[in-house]
Amino acid sequence: MSGDAIRLSVDGIDGLFNARSADTLADVLRAGDTSLEQKPRTGTKIGCNAGDCGSCTVLLDDEAVCACLVPAAQAIGRKVVTIDSWHSQPEMRRLTEAFTALGAAQCGICTPGMIGAAYGLLKHNTKPTRREIEDAIGGVLCRCTGYIKIIDAIAAAAGTAPIPVALDGGVGTNTASVNSAAAARGLLNFAADAIPSAALEIRVIRSPHARTTFTFGDLDAFARKHSLEATLTAKDVPGQNSFGIFPNTKDQPVFAERETRFRGEAVAAIVGPKLAAIDLSTFPIIWTPLPPVTGIDAALADGAHAIHAHLPDNVLTRGNLKTGDIARGHAEGIATVEGAFETGFVEHAYIEPEAGHAWLKGNCVQLSACTQAPAMDREDVFRVLGLPASLVRIIPTACGGGFGGKLDVSVQPILAVALWNTGKPVSLVYSRTESMIATTKRHPARITAKASADKDGRLTAYEMSGDFNTGAYASWGPTVANRVPIHAHGPYKVQNVSNRTRAVLTNETPAGAFRGFGVPQSAIANETLMDDLAEKLDLDRWQIRRINALRAGDATASGQVLVASAGLPQCLDALKNAWDKALSDAATHNAGNSRHKRGVGIACMWYGCGNTALSNPSRMRITLDRDGRVTIWSGAVDIGQGISTILVQIVRDTLQVNGADINVCSAVGDTTLTLDAGKTSASRQTFVSGNAAKRAAENLRAKLLHFANVSADAPLTLERGNPTATLIVGADAERRLPLDEIVPAGFDGIEGIGRYDPPTTPLDANGQGVPYATYGFAAQIAEVMVDTALGLTKVLHIHAAHDVGRAINPMQVEGQIHGGIAQGLGLALMEEFVSGKTENLHDYLIPTAGDIPPITTYIIEDPDPEGPFGAKGVGEPALIATAPAILGAIRHATGVTMRRVPVLPHRLWAALQTAKLVV
Amino acid sequence: MASYHRPTDLSEALRILSHEPSLRILAGATDVYPAWTGAQATGGSRGHADVLDISNIAELKGIADRGDHWWLGALTTWTDIVRADLPPLFDGLKAAAREIGGIQIQNRGTIAGNICTASPAGDSIPCLLALDAEIECAEGRAFCLPLAHFITGYRKIVLDGGIVTGIRVPKQSGRGHFLKLGARRYLVISIAMVSGTFDIDEATGVIRTARIAVGACSAVAQRLPQLEARLTGTRTGAIKPTSDDLAHLAPIDDVRANADYRRAAALQLVSDLLDQVAMSHRSEA
Repeated sequence: MSGDAIRLSVDGIDGLFNARSADTLADVLRAGDTSLEQKPRTGTKIGCNAGDCGSCTVLLDDEAVCACLVPAAQAIGRKVVTIDSWHSQPEMRRLTEAFTALGAAQCGICTPGMIGAAYGLLKHNTKPTRREIEDAIGGVLCRCTGYIKIIDAIAAAAGTAPIPVALDGGVGTNTASVNSAAAARGLLNFAADAIPSAALEIRVIRSPHARTTFTFGDLDAFARKHSLEATLTAKDVPGQNSFGIFPNTKDQPVFAERETRFRGEAVAAIVGPKLAAIDLSTFPIIWTPLPPVTGIDAALADGAHAIHAHLPDNVLTRGNLKTGDIARGHAEGIATVEGAFETGFVEHAYIEPEAGHAWLKGNCVQLSACTQAPAMDREDVFRVLGLPASLVRIIPTACGGGFGGKLDVSVQPILAVALWNTGKPVSLVYSRTESMIATTKRHPARITAKASADKDGRLTAYEMSGDFNTGAYASWGPTVANRVPIHAHGPYKVQNVSNRTRAVLTNETPAGAFRGFGVPQSAIANETLMDDLAEKLDLDRWQIRRINALRAGDATASGQVLVASAGLPQCLDALKNAWDKALSDAATHNAGNSRHKRGVGIACMWYGCGNTALSNPSRMRITLDRDGRVTIWSGAVDIGQGISTILVQIVRDTLQVNGADINVCSAVGDTTLTLDAGKTSASRQTFVSGNAAKRAAENLRAKLLHFANVSADAPLTLERGNPTATLIVGADAERRLPLDEIVPAGFDGIEGIGRYDPPTTPLDANGQGVPYATYGFAAQIAEVMVDTALGLTKVLHIHAAHDVGRAINPMQVEGQIHGGIAQGLGLALMEEFVSGKTENLHDYLIPTAGDIPPITTYIIEDPDPEGPFGAKGVGEPALIATAPAILGAIRHATGVTMRRVPVLPHRLWAALQTAKLVV
Repeated sequence: MASYHRPTDLSEALRILSHEPSLRILAGATDVYPAWTGAQATGGSRGHADVLDISNIAELKGIADRGDHWWLGALTTWTDIVRADLPPLFDGLKAAAREIGGIQIQNRGTIAGNICTASPAGDSIPCLLALDAEIECAEGRAFCLPLAHFITGYRKIVLDGGIVTGIRVPKQSGRGHFLKLGARRYLVISIAMVSGTFDIDEATGVIRTARIAVGACSAVAQRLPQLEARLTGTRTGAIKPTSDDLAHLAPIDDVRANADYRRAAALQLVSDLLDQVAMSHRSEA
């Protein structure tokens, strides 16, 4: 930053900051200045630069403000307090302790802003009510937690009772997240926090049109005028100008070559020292827009423009599952129902926009960015650079939320190309809008489905056909098309099933992975039809689900026998009392109210943990060093869901060494220092990497027992000491082994290695086989109040019963359930990405602290013999049942069945008007 | 290099403005900075407009009883309004202040900024219309304009090269009300909102005067003169609003809602507001 030094009082210290008057306080705080002895205050996060997310909240003269909206000039002479004051301000310290102990920080990107807003509240109100806490944090968005644990933590910090001590225990304990203390103090380094000030900046030129050809003007003149290091276009990509998820779908260019395929696609980039002031509307490029292919119908129409020449029908891939005889199945039913359903693009809206930086170490490319899949990032980077894999190292930063959106590369190929062309350290931070227009979305789905049941309510047939708009590039389209047919008929026993899917290419934003890979969309169709059948057969909606629920011993429609851990019946049974009470409460209320109607809905779900019918191994390495420290060299990226903590708990109980200090390495996912644990997706990490860690810990324990020459059940204890720790063997300390006698000098420790690959088989042409080693099951009840005059839905309560096999960490399981429900509520009621229209966080709405109802969770533990300590995944299962349960509740309240989400007020109102006319 | 002026008195600010009429006037920056972020996102630059920052001008601050009217300085924030000791006439404006953005925006955004941005969805605007607010301007000379004349269209105001110095609200008896409709609880741009002030004879429940305005349903928020006239002299709760009362509104379709819905929702909100008035009168009586 060039300009004047201004004097600011920050965190109690007066100092000079290098800033211009109009610079935002957020930028000034984050930049720091070594010559002025100002450390970068990266605890103040930037999520939107527009006052929409609140993650940059600091206090200005004791009032909470968004630092991104404060001109530096206005902070002069005033008292600025940031998260860096956590150690000096007692109320702030209490908040950080409460957030840590009570599981209020998941990814941690919003945490400093939340604590800032809460601290601002406590300055004025030392005994806030829950409602006042909601008011205070209503301006800070969180995408992970569902806010409930945040409100709990603030209430605890506001009280006078001691803050509960953060636990550090084994399996089954509410151990505090290993990252949460750092997150709460603003010390977790996210991708934009880790960028060295000397790194060159990159800005990307993106297409303002969905489909356009373009020609460049004098790029060199533009570069000279702005003293750029480089301008980059497709011709500057040294290797393949393409990336993508699967070896056969590397269809997305780093920079478009002749024609763009979606609005927001990169066509060029500029690289230089300071680029914010450059007006990119003067970049020398001429666009020649062409008619885009928008929507599934247009893409499938005869003669439609082929988005990719090698796929003339615009169908990227097809998925299929067939069992029994579908026609006979329908004939056997006495009730048949069908319907058509529609969902839109949904944005992940993680609060951390994509960012990263890259540099050379020798001749090796080092790339540090937020990601869910470091090993896959590495593949695409070396492909784009044309380098051998060994010359590319990915070092993940903390990841400020992912939800599937950071499984694809974003900044990585552009950073790599910029590094290659300049030879200098380079950095790229996406703006919020760039993050929204250029990265993947949830697939819009168009589904028709038909179900039949016999007189007892038993399903006799289920048939669905679903088209998923995968946008301009393949991304995870094939996965959605393959996963949906397996799950589309729900967690129910059906003999005759025919599910077909297509992933369709259009000139729209690429759709990829988003928590559930298409299953949330198909669950909306499935659960609505279950309600239809219940209505036709005059059965209770809980009852019809209980009758059909899969249970241990049943075969799925894929022909897989569920040998154990199929806990849907238990989930439904756990909800029965809540169901009966909710129905009776609704009836009582509705008898006296004509406008505000209460309704209750129920939905079930199942979800296979891990990749579909593919090998997806995880490998883990654990070391014990001479100091007695146990380190888990984990390649399993923690995106806030908590896998690092889960691994510590699993290793603690497997290693069974008293007094062991168990840590996760600082560079989780570093492709040089850690083994490939696969991607953080598909609810696989607890199940797959948990098993790998368990095996690694068993391996390490076996080695210790071998050194000690004792039997498998001998008690082991570690005693820290100087110069070496000591292993004490036996209950009465029969033997003492100094670790320097068993850990050779020069080694980083005794090592345990473990590998686990879930047992699956490939599927045949009809989707028959063993696609997953285990499945998560759940049932959720939604209670809503609908203002029928305004079409406004308020969710009053969610009851969620989840079979997780075994809750390694019940607090984290609950956190996943809360967060998933918040996203499911958003999917049902407010979230819709419309290209060109909802490209920021004030037009694209995600739930705020005031939108989440009380949630009662029922954790069902039906242990899976295959899972580590019986555990299965819960990340995606948390979300899937919520939207259909809410739709069912709206229908119960109003009599109107909504088959398109989100149910925006005007859509529900229009449906209610139509229903009135029909009546 | 962009210029950034931060004068401490109004005459200096006006002098600077007369030399550089294109200066972007900024106070809380809660509209200006997001607009710059938006411009950069669509390919422009950020933060290089020349700025006249009026936030340090003491004479634009404060809330005062000035005999026949209340004066709200241009720099009055939403939090200032919520915390101010003001008569019940301001209850609607206070309710709106609590619904604007989150606390962070309420602590920074100013009432003059909301008016000058002149968004159809500006939550204070129907409240101020229902208060018969006048906008006090300095543009070479000082003058005052009714709000309805100050905002002339979609994001359009009469002021060009001047500064809003304050808002005058004529003293009247009565109580203010406000209702907002949005698709989520906090941080939400209104689909529609309605505000009203009602002066009611306590003994009889007869409405002496009613002033009602609807926002986000036309380029500029609109008063409902026909309904106001119908209500005058009737008991609270006696008259229901009709679509005819709102016929002059011109709502549009956008991502938040469509026009048909907005029209119906506005009518419902007005009806709800009148119910609230009747209810609060009954509970007081």
